Amino acid sequence: MSAALEIAADVRAGRRRARDVLEEHLARIDASEPEIHAFNLVLADEARAAADAVDAAVAAGDDPGPLAGVPIALKDNLCTRGIPTTCSSRILEGWRPPYDATVVARVAAAGAVAVGKTNLDEFAMGSSTENSAYGATRNPRDTSRVPGGSSGGSAAAVAAGFAPLSLGSDTGGSIRQPAALCGTVGVKPTYGAVSRYGLVAFASSLDQIGPFAGSVADAALLLDVIAGPDPLDSTSSPVAPAAVSPVLRDGVAGLRIGLIDELVDADGVAPEVREAVDRAAAALEAAGATVERVSVPSVVYGLSAYYLIAPAEASSNLARYDGVRYGLRVDGGDVATMNARTRDAGFGPEVKRRIMLGTYALSAGYYDAYYGKAQKVRTLIMRDFAGAYERFDALLSPTSPTVAFELGAKADDPLAMYLSDICTIPTNLAGHAAASVPFGTDRDGLPVGVQVLVDAVQEPTMFRVMQALEEAGS
Amino acid sequence: MSADYEAVIGLEAHVELATVTKLFCGCLNEFGAEPNTNVCPVCLGLPGSLPVLNRTVVEYALRFAAALDFHVPEESIFARKNYFYPDMPKDYQISQYEEPILVDGQIEIDGVRIGIERAHLEEDTGKTTHMGGGGRIHEADYSLVDYNRAGVPLMEIVSRPDIRTAEQARAYVSELRGVLKTIGVSDVKMEEGSMRVDANVSVRKVGATEFGTKVEVKNMNSLRSLGRAIDFEIERQVEAIEAGERIVQETRHWDEADGRTHGMRTKEGSSDYRYFPEPDLVPLAPSAEMRTAAAGQVPELPQARRARLIAEWGIAETDARVLVDVEGLADFAEAAVAALTDGAARDVANWCTGDVLGYLNETGLSIEVLPLAPDGLAELVGLVAAGTLSRNQAKDVLAECLREPKRPKQVVEERGLEQVSDTGALAAVVDEVLAANADAVDEYRAGDDKVKKKKRGFLMGECMKALKGQGNPQMLNQLLDERLG
Ligand SMILES: [Zn+2]
Repeated sequence: MSAALEIAADVRAGRRRARDVLEEHLARIDASEPEIHAFNLVLADEARAAADAVDAAVAAGDDPGPLAGVPIALKDNLCTRGIPTTCSSRILEGWRPPYDATVVARVAAAGAVAVGKTNLDEFAMGSSTENSAYGATRNPRDTSRVPGGSSGGSAAAVAAGFAPLSLGSDTGGSIRQPAALCGTVGVKPTYGAVSRYGLVAFASSLDQIGPFAGSVADAALLLDVIAGPDPLDSTSSPVAPAAVSPVLRDGVAGLRIGLIDELVDADGVAPEVREAVDRAAAALEAAGATVERVSVPSVVYGLSAYYLIAPAEASSNLARYDGVRYGLRVDGGDVATMNARTRDAGFGPEVKRRIMLGTYALSAGYYDAYYGKAQKVRTLIMRDFAGAYERFDALLSPTSPTVAFELGAKADDPLAMYLSDICTIPTNLAGHAAASVPFGTDRDGLPVGVQVLVDAVQEPTMFRVMQALEEAGS
Repeated sequence: MSADYEAVIGLEAHVELATVTKLFCGCLNEFGAEPNTNVCPVCLGLPGSLPVLNRTVVEYALRFAAALDFHVPEESIFARKNYFYPDMPKDYQISQYEEPILVDGQIEIDGVRIGIERAHLEEDTGKTTHMGGGGRIHEADYSLVDYNRAGVPLMEIVSRPDIRTAEQARAYVSELRGVLKTIGVSDVKMEEGSMRVDANVSVRKVGATEFGTKVEVKNMNSLRSLGRAIDFEIERQVEAIEAGERIVQETRHWDEADGRTHGMRTKEGSSDYRYFPEPDLVPLAPSAEMRTAAAGQVPELPQARRARLIAEWGIAETDARVLVDVEGLADFAEAAVAALTDGAARDVANWCTGDVLGYLNETGLSIEVLPLAPDGLAELVGLVAAGTLSRNQAKDVLAECLREPKRPKQVVEERGLEQVSDTGALAAVVDEVLAANADAVDEYRAGDDKVKKKKRGFLMGECMKALKGQGNPQMLNQLLDERLG
């Protein structure tokens, strides 16, 4: 059931043509995309050319790489040379980046075939993929429900079988939460493990690119391709990370797993989600791990700190969309009026809300009380996690407090929407790695995700736990 | 200024660093290229692009630190300065705020220590040209932006308010320029904008310990206008206070044409820059190796060089200053002194600050394109010292050697300029002249001082005439003295 691994193996061995693999996926997109709306743009022609190139390489006796012929969907905040990159915002209308993001170049070099740019909450701000200038994405498991967000399009693309792999970005849970809601695997790597070069920034100190896949092994395959130092990103780790694929079968015997009190018992965690986490813990114990409860007290302040730090950075990162150089421009009598009209017309309400929040948090006289204090909370969270990781190899929690909710259910209540990320945000603040693995369904058949958290650069341990959960859950 | 007041002045110098590439990308840092040709996703601030710090910029800053005795903290932090402006691609400038790369430096001006609070690194902006409406933004039809300059490395050097006069301010900037140029980190041309200096000026009653309200004065594009602007501003503030007015804290623009500073009517944008640490860059922590290497890359600084030349050559402070301040002149003089076989270093210095510099100023040439080599000047000084040329003859010879690729000895031969210093030959001429002018000799002997002086001059003139002006004047005088008794 590891689609990407099988495709790559078959294509490399000449048993299947990349073009045939692609056409199967394009047919599925043709059939279901009108209902799901996972993509802002389907790159059928470009994908056919890329697949043909892979087939030509195989025919010539060359190895196209570990992702040979594997269709992949790219979140539409990853720059693609010559191809529109919108961040699901009107403000980037018509903009075609003159360069590829590092991850885009890496998956292409590994033989993957990009099939399209996926929908997201505008500038990755949201948890439902409803805040998109190009319309909402629907959850393939139940199209009356949201896929989660902000990488909802990437999660939906994998869940709908449009591509076995996709890339998303995770600033406060934007990979893990939609993975949980759509029933896929989603990984937020350690900050600095994957280059951010070419990822349109939301909150630079929190953003991290990561994989979606239908299986843990496929997610490992993709992570191993995209991770690694990049001289174009000063915050990328200069040390090459350990590969995760080779350790998948190492099992969890002897691993110490901690169940995070504050997240398992948090208000708003649905009973069936809570039950799934308990079953996951039991499964790990059955596989030879020890499981204990652990308190990480400061995680309860994570949400508040996040909603100061992320908007503050965003207010600065999004300043450049001023109508002067690219994207939308709405004319005005002078430069300031043009700037204001462009930004008013180009940004949606959630983006405006966060720019205002962030601008306020950084203002003279408020900086210490808001941004400064939030950074202190961040330090506190890191300290508490460090304490937990002295005793535990990995931690466990729900990914999302609830399963997928109905479209529109939280659209008018930003705070309720923000609470969707209460379990995922602390990892971003700490700069650690975490992943969501599907673990059963609720009584309506909606997928539930369990979150595995580890210390920085402990992805190999995380993948061993993920693999064990996948095996126990299926 | 009324004697009751003193000025308190602090200077902020923005210096463009002369690196090959920009601060955060690989684009060329080059003056005068076609607009928007030295640009890339990073310096255009395109979505998704990220800055990567240029290592050479750090090396330059460390070298500057070693030169002016700065403290270099373990770590410094880049910060974002947020404000909207069309020539700023990201609508924030990457700068340093609370934790700059260099702190607590100093420079000595005529025995007075001027503290330098900090020096920090930041990126330059692009350049906007307003089309129509007389080039002003408010009346322009449209504006064009050239981003070649965006991302060029700048170092902002902030003095402490230790400066008291316009003269001292000029000396500080001049010394700073000399240091930056000597250590090879900047061209420091105020006229071309590779160095911009703003002045914070306040006045207070002599003896007061509190500072007055300070005014920031901008837009001075030469040392001369810096001095004029400060002097004007001091006068303006004193007059205002004397008239019972309050000084307003503001930014004022110097207008070279009317010689006054003018308050800016409206401030562009907000003054709340919402600084916060730049999350796209890691803290800057120069390694021990880089620090050590930088210290070894500081050549002799202007002040030390002046002191050495004064001591070794016995020249005046003003001459030493000219030699060291004029690009390449001290190097030329030192090379000439090294090639000297006869004559004094002091003479070399005199020719350099006199005729050589005069020629450079007159022609606008730089010293390295002169046909005269340092050892040519050494040869000229040798010819004078040996008595072969008089000073006046040497001046003519030098003039020719500055224009044409000829050695002084060659010019002397071509012109038959060799001075007659042979005693026998000179004595024969003197005897001949005295015999032919016996009347004059008699009148000399009988006359009073006035007559003696007149006749003596006449006889000397006759001797020189006979020698076509090439007789050694000292020796001729001596021979005349002997014979006239
Ligand atoms: Zn550039």
